[in-house]
Amino acid sequence: MNSDTSKTPRDLEEIDENLRKAYAALLNEDLPDRFAVLLDQLRSGEVAEKDAGEEGQGV
Amino acid sequence: MKVDPKEEIVSHLPSMRAFAVSLTQNNAAADDLVQDAIVKAWTNFDKFQPGTNLRAWLFTILRNTFFSYLRKRRYEVEDIDAAAASALAIEPAHDGRLDLEDLVKALRYLTLEQRETIVLVGALGFGYEEAADLCGVPVGTIKSRANRAREQLSKMMSEGLPGQGVAVKPDVKLGDRRRAGSD
Repeated sequence: MNSDTSKTPRDLEEIDENLRKAYAALLNEDLPDRFAVLLDQLRSGEVAEKDAGEEGQGV
Repeated sequence: MKVDPKEEIVSHLPSMRAFAVSLTQNNAAADDLVQDAIVKAWTNFDKFQPGTNLRAWLFTILRNTFFSYLRKRRYEVEDIDAAAASALAIEPAHDGRLDLEDLVKALRYLTLEQRETIVLVGALGFGYEEAADLCGVPVGTIKSRANRAREQLSKMMSEGLPGQGVAVKPDVKLGDRRRAGSD
């Protein structure tokens, strides 16, 4: 694929800036309650891993 | 009182959700994915090496879980459409609102590889090397994917999204991953 040479470095920098703005709302919003519940269950040992090791690398 | 190091996982949940949204293009699926990744991370935390990059470890688990589900056809990624546009709640920003909404919509017309790369590097602040380690490809490949993604996004932002006059087709199918070595 050929690069689009009409785009300036500034144009491309703006993409990153706007992506950060677009994702900022998601990053700053409150987490759904389901995660607090899950973490409480994990802390108390109520949740066991379902598919241990199936993803290979990482776990 | 000493804090359980597993509790650090909590601080990474917002960025894990954002990455999951970029992968699944669907809020509900993203939260399911993050939940499964949390369980795997928490219950395998003994495999994490203290002093190494916890964020990278968590994101690797999240990403591996996503591709595992994708292989099992748990996600029908190619059928997801407008959910991508609504997956990110965008704050009104005067005349910039439409631009940001269009930018989020445009993400789904990138290949999955380009999309995960530009979200990691452009939106979530990962370095090229960190993203390369996470995705299991050379740094040069990540830089190439990021630049192609920026160019594609910039083109769509200036000329319009597909369906509005631009011939860029959605490319978020399973084949994305099989083409991993093509660039």
